[in-house]
Amino acid sequence: MSQKQPPATKQTAAMNQKAATYWAFAIAGWSGFYVMLVELLSGRLIAPYFGNNIYIWGSIIFIFMFGLAVGYLLGGIYSRHNPSVSRLAMILWVSAATTLPTVLLGDQFLSWMFDHLTDPRYGSLVTCAFLYFLPTMFAGMVSPYAIRIIVTNRESSGYDAGYLYFVSTIGSSAGTLLTSFFLVLWFEVNTILYVAMSISFLLGGLAMLAERKRQ
Amino acid sequence: MNIRAILGTGALLALTALAVPAAAAEQRIIHKERSLYRNISVAEMGDERCMLFRARRGLGRESCMRISDPDHLVFEYAPMMLSSLFLNPQPPARILIIGQGGGTLPMALQKMAPQAAIDVVEIDPAVDRIARRYFGFVPGPKTKVYIEDGRVFVKRAQRQGQKYDLVMLDAFEADYIPEHLLTQEYLQEVKSIMGPNAALASNTFSSSALYDHESTTYASVFGTFFNLKLGNRIILTRLGTLPNAQEIRTNAAAYDAAFRRRGGDPTYIFTLMSTGADWNRTARILTDQYSPSNVLNTMPRGN
Repeated sequence: MSQKQPPATKQTAAMNQKAATYWAFAIAGWSGFYVMLVELLSGRLIAPYFGNNIYIWGSIIFIFMFGLAVGYLLGGIYSRHNPSVSRLAMILWVSAATTLPTVLLGDQFLSWMFDHLTDPRYGSLVTCAFLYFLPTMFAGMVSPYAIRIIVTNRESSGYDAGYLYFVSTIGSSAGTLLTSFFLVLWFEVNTILYVAMSISFLLGGLAMLAERKRQ
Repeated sequence: MNIRAILGTGALLALTALAVPAAAAEQRIIHKERSLYRNISVAEMGDERCMLFRARRGLGRESCMRISDPDHLVFEYAPMMLSSLFLNPQPPARILIIGQGGGTLPMALQKMAPQAAIDVVEIDPAVDRIARRYFGFVPGPKTKVYIEDGRVFVKRAQRQGQKYDLVMLDAFEADYIPEHLLTQEYLQEVKSIMGPNAALASNTFSSSALYDHESTTYASVFGTFFNLKLGNRIILTRLGTLPNAQEIRTNAAAYDAAFRRRGGDPTYIFTLMSTGADWNRTARILTDQYSPSNVLNTMPRGN
Protein backbone atom coordinates (compact mmCIF):
# COMPACT_ATOMS: atom_id res chain seq x y z
CA MET A 1 0.00 0.00 0.00
CA SER A 2 0.96 3.62 -0.23
CA GLN A 3 2.83 3.72 3.09
CA LYS A 4 5.55 1.76 1.31
CA GLN A 5 5.86 4.64 -1.12
CA PRO A 6 8.30 7.58 -0.97
CA PRO A 7 7.64 10.29 1.60
CA ALA A 8 4.85 12.81 1.45
CA THR A 9 4.47 15.26 -1.37
CA LYS A 10 4.56 18.95 -0.69
CA GLN A 11 0.81 19.36 -0.58
CA THR A 12 0.18 16.79 2.13
CA ALA A 13 3.28 17.60 4.14
CA ALA A 14 1.10 18.99 6.91
CA MET A 15 0.44 15.43 8.01
CA ASN A 16 2.63 12.44 7.64
CA GLN A 17 1.70 10.44 4.60
CA LYS A 18 0.79 7.27 6.48
CA ALA A 19 -1.63 9.03 8.79
CA ALA A 20 -3.13 11.01 5.91
CA THR A 21 -3.71 7.77 4.01
CA TYR A 22 -5.54 6.21 6.94
CA TRP A 23 -7.79 9.22 7.37
CA ALA A 24 -8.53 9.30 3.63
CA PHE A 25 -9.53 5.63 3.69
CA ALA A 26 -11.67 6.07 6.77
CA ILE A 27 -13.50 9.05 5.29
CA ALA A 28 -14.01 7.36 1.91
CA GLY A 29 -15.26 4.15 3.55
CA TRP A 30 -17.70 6.02 5.79
CA SER A 31 -18.85 8.22 2.91
CA GLY A 32 -19.67 5.08 0.92
CA PHE A 33 -21.68 3.74 3.87
CA TYR A 34 -23.43 7.08 4.32
CA VAL A 35 -24.55 7.45 0.69
CA MET A 36 -26.28 4.07 0.62
CA LEU A 37 -27.87 4.62 4.01
CA VAL A 38 -29.36 7.89 2.80
CA GLU A 39 -30.41 6.34 -0.53
CA LEU A 40 -32.31 3.48 1.10
CA LEU A 41 -34.06 5.74 3.56
CA SER A 42 -35.02 8.20 0.82
CA GLY A 43 -37.53 5.59 -0.37
CA ARG A 44 -39.20 5.76 3.03
CA LEU A 45 -39.52 9.51 2.86
CA ILE A 46 -40.97 9.54 -0.65
CA ALA A 47 -43.36 6.53 -0.48
CA PRO A 48 -46.14 8.32 1.47
CA TYR A 49 -46.37 10.93 -1.31
CA PHE A 50 -45.52 9.15 -4.52
CA GLY A 51 -46.00 5.50 -3.59
CA ASN A 52 -43.59 2.62 -3.52
CA ASN A 53 -43.05 1.57 -7.10
CA ILE A 54 -40.51 1.20 -9.85
CA TYR A 55 -40.71 4.89 -10.83
CA ILE A 56 -39.73 6.02 -7.37
CA TRP A 57 -36.69 3.76 -7.31
CA GLY A 58 -35.83 4.79 -10.87
CA SER A 59 -35.80 8.43 -9.74
CA ILE A 60 -33.85 7.75 -6.58
CA ILE A 61 -31.17 5.68 -8.26
CA PHE A 62 -30.89 8.11 -11.16
CA ILE A 63 -30.34 11.11 -8.90
CA PHE A 64 -27.86 9.29 -6.68
CA MET A 65 -25.85 8.05 -9.67
CA PHE A 66 -25.98 11.44 -11.36
CA GLY A 67 -25.03 13.25 -8.15
CA LEU A 68 -22.08 10.92 -7.61
CA ALA A 69 -20.99 11.36 -11.23
CA VAL A 70 -20.94 15.15 -10.96
CA GLY A 71 -19.22 14.80 -7.60
CA TYR A 72 -16.45 12.64 -9.06
CA LEU A 73 -15.80 15.31 -11.65
CA LEU A 74 -15.77 18.19 -9.19
CA GLY A 75 -13.81 16.23 -6.58
CA GLY A 76 -11.10 15.59 -9.13
CA ILE A 77 -10.95 19.26 -10.10
CA TYR A 78 -10.92 20.41 -6.46
CA SER A 79 -8.09 17.96 -5.64
CA ARG A 80 -5.68 19.95 -7.78
CA HIS A 81 -5.49 22.85 -5.37
CA ASN A 82 -3.64 22.30 -2.09
CA PRO A 83 -5.22 18.98 -1.13
CA SER A 84 -5.34 18.21 2.56
CA VAL A 85 -7.09 15.84 4.92
CA SER A 86 -8.87 18.84 6.46
CA ARG A 87 -10.40 19.77 3.13
CA LEU A 88 -11.45 16.17 2.55
CA ALA A 89 -13.08 16.23 5.99
CA MET A 90 -14.78 19.49 5.06
CA ILE A 91 -16.34 17.80 1.99
CA LEU A 92 -17.69 15.09 4.31
CA TRP A 93 -19.15 17.78 6.56
CA VAL A 94 -20.85 19.54 3.68
CA SER A 95 -22.30 16.26 2.45
CA ALA A 96 -23.80 15.66 5.90
CA ALA A 97 -24.96 19.27 6.27
CA THR A 98 -26.76 19.20 2.92
CA THR A 99 -28.66 16.10 4.10
CA LEU A 100 -30.12 18.03 7.02
CA PRO A 101 -32.79 19.87 4.96
CA THR A 102 -34.17 16.53 3.73
CA VAL A 103 -34.86 15.60 7.35
CA LEU A 104 -36.08 18.99 8.53
CA LEU A 105 -38.02 20.14 5.47
CA GLY A 106 -38.51 16.93 3.48
CA ASP A 107 -42.15 16.44 4.42
CA GLN A 108 -43.15 20.05 3.73
CA PHE A 109 -41.34 19.93 0.40
CA LEU A 110 -42.89 16.59 -0.59
CA SER A 111 -46.31 17.85 0.39
CA TRP A 112 -45.84 20.91 -1.83
CA MET A 113 -44.57 18.78 -4.72
CA PHE A 114 -47.53 16.42 -4.30
CA ASP A 115 -49.88 19.31 -5.02
CA HIS A 116 -47.93 20.57 -8.00
CA LEU A 117 -46.65 17.50 -9.86
CA THR A 118 -49.15 14.68 -9.98
CA ASP A 119 -47.24 12.31 -12.26
CA PRO A 120 -45.45 9.84 -9.95
CA ARG A 121 -42.44 9.71 -12.28
CA TYR A 122 -41.68 13.41 -12.65
CA GLY A 123 -42.94 14.21 -9.19
CA SER A 124 -40.50 11.82 -7.59
CA LEU A 125 -37.69 12.76 -9.98
CA VAL A 126 -37.91 16.48 -9.25
CA THR A 127 -38.30 15.77 -5.54
CA CYS A 128 -35.22 13.56 -5.50
CA ALA A 129 -33.24 16.13 -7.45
CA PHE A 130 -34.01 18.86 -4.91
CA LEU A 131 -33.52 16.71 -1.83
CA TYR A 132 -30.67 14.41 -2.73
CA PHE A 133 -28.56 15.85 -5.54
CA LEU A 134 -26.37 18.01 -3.28
CA PRO A 135 -25.59 15.47 -0.55
CA THR A 136 -24.71 12.81 -3.12
CA MET A 137 -22.67 15.22 -5.21
CA PHE A 138 -20.54 16.15 -2.21
CA ALA A 139 -20.26 12.48 -1.25
CA GLY A 140 -19.07 11.79 -4.79
CA MET A 141 -16.30 14.36 -4.39
CA VAL A 142 -14.77 12.32 -1.59
CA SER A 143 -13.34 9.45 -3.65
CA PRO A 144 -11.21 11.32 -6.22
CA TYR A 145 -10.10 13.75 -3.53
CA ALA A 146 -9.05 10.87 -1.27
CA ILE A 147 -7.16 9.28 -4.16
CA ARG A 148 -5.19 12.50 -4.56
CA ILE A 149 -4.16 12.28 -0.91
CA ILE A 150 -3.27 8.60 -1.03
CA VAL A 151 -1.36 8.44 -4.32
CA THR A 152 2.30 9.31 -4.00
CA ASN A 153 3.69 8.17 -7.33
CA ARG A 154 2.51 7.12 -10.72
CA GLU A 155 3.46 3.43 -10.43
CA SER A 156 1.25 2.81 -7.45
CA SER A 157 -1.62 5.07 -8.53
CA GLY A 158 -3.73 2.26 -10.01
CA TYR A 159 -3.15 0.14 -6.96
CA ASP A 160 -4.06 2.98 -4.62
CA ALA A 161 -7.15 3.92 -6.59
CA GLY A 162 -8.26 0.27 -6.67
CA TYR A 163 -7.77 -0.03 -2.94
CA LEU A 164 -9.78 3.12 -2.34
CA TYR A 165 -12.64 1.94 -4.52
CA PHE A 166 -12.53 -1.30 -2.56
CA VAL A 167 -12.80 0.42 0.80
CA SER A 168 -15.44 2.91 -0.32
CA THR A 169 -17.58 0.28 -2.01
CA ILE A 170 -17.28 -2.11 0.92
CA GLY A 171 -18.59 0.82 2.96
CA SER A 172 -21.49 1.17 0.54
CA SER A 173 -22.35 -2.53 0.72
CA ALA A 174 -22.25 -2.50 4.49
CA GLY A 175 -24.40 0.65 4.58
CA THR A 176 -26.97 -0.97 2.31
CA LEU A 177 -27.27 -4.20 4.22
CA LEU A 178 -27.12 -2.82 7.75
CA THR A 179 -29.69 -0.12 7.00
CA SER A 180 -32.20 -2.34 5.25
CA PHE A 181 -31.85 -5.44 7.41
CA PHE A 182 -31.35 -4.03 10.88
CA LEU A 183 -31.36 -0.28 11.39
CA VAL A 184 -34.95 0.21 10.13
CA LEU A 185 -36.08 -2.54 12.49
CA TRP A 186 -34.57 -0.86 15.51
CA PHE A 187 -34.77 2.89 14.92
CA GLU A 188 -36.87 5.59 13.35
CA VAL A 189 -35.76 6.84 9.95
CA ASN A 190 -34.87 10.32 11.23
CA THR A 191 -32.92 8.90 14.16
CA ILE A 192 -30.81 6.85 11.78
CA LEU A 193 -30.17 9.91 9.61
CA TYR A 194 -29.24 12.13 12.57
CA VAL A 195 -26.82 9.53 13.91
CA ALA A 196 -25.26 9.07 10.47
CA MET A 197 -24.82 12.84 10.05
CA SER A 198 -23.28 13.02 13.52
CA ILE A 199 -20.80 10.32 12.61
CA SER A 200 -19.83 12.31 9.51
CA PHE A 201 -19.27 15.45 11.61
CA LEU A 202 -17.36 13.52 14.24
CA LEU A 203 -15.13 11.68 11.78
CA GLY A 204 -14.46 14.88 9.82
CA GLY A 205 -13.71 16.77 13.04
CA LEU A 206 -11.28 14.13 14.26
CA ALA A 207 -9.49 14.14 10.91
CA MET A 208 -9.10 17.92 11.05
CA LEU A 209 -7.81 17.79 14.62
CA ALA A 210 -5.35 15.06 13.72
CA GLU A 211 -3.96 17.09 10.86
CA ARG A 212 -3.70 20.24 12.95
CA LYS A 213 -1.84 18.41 15.74
CA ARG A 214 0.81 17.18 13.38
CA GLN A 215 1.49 20.59 11.93
CA MET B 1 -57.30 -11.10 -1.47
CA ASN B 2 -56.10 -14.02 0.51
CA ILE B 3 -53.74 -13.59 3.40
CA ARG B 4 -51.66 -16.46 4.72
CA ALA B 5 -52.36 -20.02 3.74
CA ILE B 6 -55.68 -21.30 2.69
CA LEU B 7 -58.94 -20.13 4.08
CA GLY B 8 -62.53 -20.56 3.89
CA THR B 9 -63.67 -23.67 2.21
CA GLY B 10 -62.85 -25.93 5.09
CA ALA B 11 -60.73 -28.92 5.86
CA LEU B 12 -60.94 -30.53 2.47
CA LEU B 13 -59.39 -27.54 0.81
CA ALA B 14 -56.75 -27.24 3.52
CA LEU B 15 -55.78 -30.86 2.99
CA THR B 16 -55.58 -30.38 -0.75
CA ALA B 17 -53.30 -27.42 -0.22
CA LEU B 18 -51.01 -29.33 2.12
CA ALA B 19 -50.70 -32.21 -0.28
CA VAL B 20 -48.67 -30.08 -2.64
CA PRO B 21 -47.80 -32.64 -5.33
CA ALA B 22 -51.37 -33.82 -5.64
CA ALA B 23 -52.70 -30.26 -5.72
CA ALA B 24 -50.11 -29.24 -8.28
CA ALA B 25 -51.14 -32.12 -10.49
CA GLU B 26 -54.79 -31.12 -10.40
CA GLN B 27 -54.12 -27.46 -10.93
CA ARG B 28 -54.36 -26.30 -14.50
CA ILE B 29 -52.57 -23.02 -15.22
CA ILE B 30 -54.55 -21.14 -17.84
CA HIS B 31 -52.64 -17.87 -17.81
CA LYS B 32 -49.24 -16.67 -16.63
CA GLU B 33 -47.69 -13.26 -16.73
CA ARG B 34 -44.92 -11.23 -15.20
CA SER B 35 -46.35 -7.84 -14.31
CA LEU B 36 -44.52 -4.74 -13.17
CA TYR B 37 -44.92 -5.89 -9.58
CA ARG B 38 -45.15 -9.66 -9.48
CA ASN B 39 -45.63 -12.98 -11.24
CA ILE B 40 -49.31 -13.69 -11.68
CA SER B 41 -50.87 -17.01 -12.59
CA VAL B 42 -54.47 -17.92 -13.17
CA ALA B 43 -55.19 -21.53 -12.32
CA GLU B 44 -58.22 -23.76 -12.42
CA MET B 45 -58.84 -26.55 -9.98
CA GLY B 46 -62.14 -28.32 -10.38
CA ASP B 47 -64.90 -25.73 -10.25
CA GLU B 48 -62.56 -23.01 -8.95
CA ARG B 49 -60.49 -20.45 -10.76
CA CYS B 50 -57.88 -18.55 -8.76
CA MET B 51 -55.49 -15.67 -9.23
CA LEU B 52 -52.16 -16.72 -7.76
CA PHE B 53 -49.17 -14.59 -6.80
CA ARG B 54 -45.83 -16.19 -6.13
CA ALA B 55 -45.34 -16.46 -2.37
CA ARG B 56 -42.85 -17.89 0.08
CA ARG B 57 -44.50 -21.27 0.11
CA GLY B 58 -45.51 -21.94 -3.44
CA LEU B 59 -48.31 -19.81 -4.78
CA GLY B 60 -50.55 -17.56 -2.72
CA ARG B 61 -54.22 -17.57 -3.66
CA GLU B 62 -55.12 -13.91 -3.96
CA SER B 63 -58.60 -14.27 -5.35
CA CYS B 64 -60.80 -17.23 -6.27
CA MET B 65 -64.04 -17.63 -8.15
CA ARG B 66 -66.46 -20.55 -8.37
CA ILE B 67 -66.81 -21.02 -12.12
CA SER B 68 -70.36 -22.39 -12.00
CA ASP B 69 -71.48 -19.61 -9.60
CA PRO B 70 -69.32 -16.46 -9.92
CA ASP B 71 -71.33 -14.68 -7.19
CA HIS B 72 -70.28 -17.28 -4.61
CA LEU B 73 -67.71 -15.94 -2.15
CA VAL B 74 -64.98 -18.58 -2.09
CA PHE B 75 -62.87 -17.03 0.67
CA GLU B 76 -64.44 -16.56 4.09
CA TYR B 77 -62.66 -13.25 4.43
CA ALA B 78 -64.91 -11.72 1.75
CA PRO B 79 -68.21 -11.93 3.70
CA MET B 80 -66.27 -10.80 6.76
CA MET B 81 -65.14 -7.67 4.88
CA LEU B 82 -68.65 -7.16 3.49
CA SER B 83 -70.14 -7.37 6.98
CA SER B 84 -68.90 -3.77 7.36
CA LEU B 85 -72.26 -3.03 5.69
CA PHE B 86 -73.91 -4.09 8.98
CA LEU B 87 -72.32 -1.22 10.90
CA ASN B 88 -74.71 1.42 9.61
CA PRO B 89 -78.49 1.46 9.17
CA GLN B 90 -78.35 3.38 5.89
CA PRO B 91 -76.59 1.87 2.84
CA PRO B 92 -73.32 3.57 1.82
CA ALA B 93 -73.47 6.19 -0.94
CA ARG B 94 -69.72 6.23 -1.62
CA ILE B 95 -67.36 3.27 -1.26
CA LEU B 96 -63.60 3.14 -1.60
CA ILE B 97 -61.76 -0.16 -2.08
CA ILE B 98 -57.95 -0.18 -1.96
CA GLY B 99 -56.72 -3.38 -3.63
CA GLN B 100 -58.79 -4.88 -6.42
CA GLY B 101 -57.59 -8.46 -6.77
CA GLY B 102 -60.04 -10.47 -8.86
CA GLY B 103 -62.72 -7.89 -8.18
CA THR B 104 -64.68 -10.01 -5.67
CA LEU B 105 -65.50 -7.14 -3.32
CA PRO B 106 -66.49 -4.54 -5.93
CA MET B 107 -68.61 -7.10 -7.81
CA ALA B 108 -70.45 -8.11 -4.62
CA LEU B 109 -70.92 -4.48 -3.56
CA GLN B 110 -72.29 -3.47 -6.95
CA LYS B 111 -75.13 -5.86 -6.25
CA MET B 112 -75.48 -5.50 -2.49
CA ALA B 113 -75.26 -1.70 -2.51
CA PRO B 114 -76.44 -0.83 -6.03
CA GLN B 115 -76.95 2.84 -5.18
CA ALA B 116 -73.29 3.32 -4.21
CA ALA B 117 -70.57 4.99 -6.26
CA ILE B 118 -67.53 2.73 -5.91
CA ASP B 119 -63.90 3.77 -6.38
CA VAL B 120 -61.48 0.88 -6.72
CA VAL B 121 -57.74 1.52 -6.47
CA GLU B 122 -55.28 -1.04 -7.79
CA ILE B 123 -51.57 -0.45 -8.31
CA ASP B 124 -51.01 -3.20 -10.86
CA PRO B 125 -52.66 -2.75 -14.27
CA ALA B 126 -52.15 -6.48 -14.95
CA VAL B 127 -54.35 -7.39 -11.96
CA ASP B 128 -57.18 -5.23 -13.30
CA ARG B 129 -56.79 -6.70 -16.78
CA ILE B 130 -56.81 -10.28 -15.47
CA ALA B 131 -59.80 -9.58 -13.21
CA ARG B 132 -61.78 -8.41 -16.24
CA ARG B 133 -60.64 -11.20 -18.50
CA TYR B 134 -60.73 -14.24 -16.20
CA PHE B 135 -62.84 -13.29 -13.19
CA GLY B 136 -65.83 -11.66 -14.80
CA PHE B 137 -65.07 -8.29 -13.28
CA VAL B 138 -67.29 -5.74 -15.00
CA PRO B 139 -67.28 -2.28 -13.42
CA GLY B 140 -70.82 -0.92 -13.27
CA PRO B 141 -71.74 2.60 -14.40
CA LYS B 142 -70.97 3.98 -10.93
CA THR B 143 -67.72 2.05 -10.44
CA LYS B 144 -64.37 3.56 -11.33
CA VAL B 145 -61.02 1.77 -11.28
CA TYR B 146 -57.93 3.87 -10.62
CA ILE B 147 -54.55 2.35 -11.43
CA GLU B 148 -52.54 4.05 -8.74
CA ASP B 149 -50.73 3.55 -5.46
CA GLY B 150 -53.32 3.42 -2.64
CA ARG B 151 -51.47 5.88 -0.47
CA VAL B 152 -51.24 8.42 -3.26
CA PHE B 153 -54.95 8.05 -4.04
CA VAL B 154 -55.94 8.53 -0.40
CA LYS B 155 -53.69 11.56 0.04
CA ARG B 156 -55.10 13.13 -3.12
CA ALA B 157 -58.68 12.39 -1.97
CA GLN B 158 -57.83 14.04 1.34
CA ARG B 159 -56.59 17.19 -0.40
CA GLN B 160 -59.76 17.30 -2.47
CA GLY B 161 -61.95 16.90 0.60
CA GLN B 162 -63.54 13.66 -0.63
CA LYS B 163 -65.61 11.68 1.86
CA TYR B 164 -66.55 7.99 1.72
CA ASP B 165 -69.16 6.13 3.74
CA LEU B 166 -67.35 2.82 3.55
CA VAL B 167 -63.63 2.18 3.07
CA MET B 168 -62.16 -1.27 2.47
CA LEU B 169 -58.42 -1.82 2.77
CA ASP B 170 -57.41 -5.00 1.00
CA ALA B 171 -53.99 -4.33 -0.52
CA PHE B 172 -51.85 -6.95 1.19
CA GLU B 173 -50.56 -10.10 -0.46
CA ALA B 174 -49.85 -13.42 1.18
CA ASP B 175 -46.21 -12.51 1.74
CA TYR B 176 -45.81 -8.87 1.00
CA ILE B 177 -47.07 -5.76 2.71
CA PRO B 178 -46.60 -2.36 1.09
CA GLU B 179 -45.18 -0.87 4.28
CA HIS B 180 -46.44 2.65 3.60
CA LEU B 181 -49.99 1.20 3.71
CA LEU B 182 -49.66 0.05 7.30
CA THR B 183 -48.67 3.14 9.25
CA GLN B 184 -50.39 5.47 11.65
CA GLU B 185 -50.07 8.37 9.21
CA TYR B 186 -51.73 6.38 6.42
CA LEU B 187 -54.62 5.35 8.67
CA GLN B 188 -55.04 8.98 9.73
CA GLU B 189 -55.26 9.94 6.07
CA VAL B 190 -57.83 7.19 5.52
CA LYS B 191 -59.80 8.42 8.53
CA SER B 192 -59.78 11.94 7.14
CA ILE B 193 -61.60 10.83 3.97
CA MET B 194 -64.31 9.01 5.93
CA GLY B 195 -67.60 10.84 6.40
CA PRO B 196 -69.51 10.96 9.70
CA ASN B 197 -70.22 7.42 10.96
CA ALA B 198 -68.37 5.97 7.96
CA ALA B 199 -67.32 2.32 8.25
CA LEU B 200 -63.91 0.77 7.68
CA ALA B 201 -63.02 -2.83 6.88
CA SER B 202 -59.41 -3.90 6.71
CA ASN B 203 -57.99 -7.27 5.72
CA THR B 204 -54.81 -7.84 7.71
CA PHE B 205 -52.64 -10.45 9.40
CA SER B 206 -53.29 -12.57 12.41
CA SER B 207 -50.45 -14.89 13.16
CA SER B 208 -47.08 -13.13 13.29
CA ALA B 209 -45.42 -10.55 15.53
CA LEU B 210 -46.99 -7.97 13.24
CA TYR B 211 -50.36 -8.70 14.89
CA ASP B 212 -49.49 -6.74 18.01
CA HIS B 213 -48.00 -3.83 16.08
CA GLU B 214 -50.88 -3.46 13.63
CA SER B 215 -53.33 -3.70 16.54
CA THR B 216 -51.76 -0.84 18.48
CA THR B 217 -51.46 1.14 15.24
CA TYR B 218 -55.17 0.74 14.38
CA ALA B 219 -56.17 1.39 17.99
CA SER B 220 -54.12 4.61 18.02
CA VAL B 221 -56.14 5.97 15.10
CA PHE B 222 -59.60 4.38 15.42
CA GLY B 223 -59.89 3.52 19.11
CA THR B 224 -62.03 0.44 19.70
CA PHE B 225 -62.70 -1.85 16.76
CA PHE B 226 -64.22 -5.23 15.98
CA ASN B 227 -61.57 -7.85 15.52
CA LEU B 228 -62.72 -10.80 13.41
CA LYS B 229 -60.24 -13.65 13.38
CA LEU B 230 -60.48 -16.70 11.19
CA GLY B 231 -57.25 -17.37 9.38
CA ASN B 232 -57.36 -13.85 8.10
CA ARG B 233 -57.94 -11.06 10.49
CA ILE B 234 -60.53 -8.46 9.60
CA ILE B 235 -60.66 -5.16 11.42
CA LEU B 236 -64.08 -3.48 11.33
CA THR B 237 -64.81 -0.11 12.77
CA ARG B 238 -67.02 2.92 12.47
CA LEU B 239 -66.27 6.56 13.17
CA GLY B 240 -68.01 7.80 16.27
CA THR B 241 -69.23 4.96 18.46
CA LEU B 242 -69.41 1.32 17.46
CA PRO B 243 -72.93 -0.06 16.99
CA ASN B 244 -74.12 -2.58 19.59
CA ALA B 245 -74.99 -6.20 18.80
CA GLN B 246 -78.70 -5.43 18.42
CA GLU B 247 -78.09 -2.61 15.94
CA ILE B 248 -75.76 -4.83 13.92
CA ARG B 249 -78.37 -7.59 13.72
CA THR B 250 -81.04 -5.10 12.70
CA ASN B 251 -78.84 -3.54 10.00
CA ALA B 252 -77.76 -6.97 8.76
CA ALA B 253 -81.33 -8.12 8.13
CA ALA B 254 -81.41 -6.18 4.86
CA TYR B 255 -78.38 -8.08 3.58
CA ASP B 256 -79.20 -11.53 4.94
CA ALA B 257 -80.50 -13.03 1.72
CA ALA B 258 -77.69 -11.55 -0.37
CA PHE B 259 -75.08 -12.99 2.00
CA ARG B 260 -76.62 -16.44 2.15
CA ARG B 261 -76.96 -16.61 -1.63
CA ARG B 262 -73.20 -16.06 -1.83
CA GLY B 263 -72.30 -18.61 0.81
CA GLY B 264 -71.88 -16.13 3.66
CA ASP B 265 -73.58 -16.58 7.02
CA PRO B 266 -74.29 -13.34 8.89
CA THR B 267 -75.21 -15.24 12.06
CA TYR B 268 -71.78 -16.83 12.13
CA ILE B 269 -70.08 -13.50 11.40
CA PHE B 270 -71.83 -11.95 14.44
CA THR B 271 -70.11 -14.51 16.66
CA LEU B 272 -66.70 -13.41 15.34
CA MET B 273 -67.19 -9.74 16.17
CA SER B 274 -65.09 -9.19 19.24
CA THR B 275 -63.88 -5.90 20.68
CA GLY B 276 -61.52 -7.58 23.14
CA ALA B 277 -57.93 -6.34 22.96
CA ASP B 278 -55.99 -9.61 22.83
CA TRP B 279 -52.71 -8.03 21.80
CA ASN B 280 -49.68 -6.66 23.53
CA ARG B 281 -50.66 -3.06 24.11
CA THR B 282 -47.07 -1.96 24.48
CA ALA B 283 -46.14 -3.05 20.94
CA ARG B 284 -44.54 -0.22 19.06
CA ILE B 285 -46.91 1.71 16.79
CA LEU B 286 -46.04 1.56 13.10
CA THR B 287 -45.35 4.97 11.58
CA ASP B 288 -43.83 6.38 8.41
CA GLN B 289 -40.68 6.63 10.52
CA TYR B 290 -40.85 3.06 11.79
CA SER B 291 -42.48 0.49 9.52
CA PRO B 292 -40.55 -2.78 9.20
CA SER B 293 -43.84 -4.63 8.65
CA ASN B 294 -42.48 -7.30 6.33
CA VAL B 295 -39.77 -8.30 8.78
CA LEU B 296 -42.21 -8.29 11.71
CA ASN B 297 -44.52 -10.48 9.66
CA THR B 298 -41.86 -13.19 9.47
CA MET B 299 -41.29 -13.19 13.25
CA PRO B 300 -43.33 -15.27 15.64
CA ARG B 301 -45.61 -13.50 18.10
CA GLY B 302 -44.56 -12.77 21.63
CA ASN B 303 -41.00 -11.49 21.36
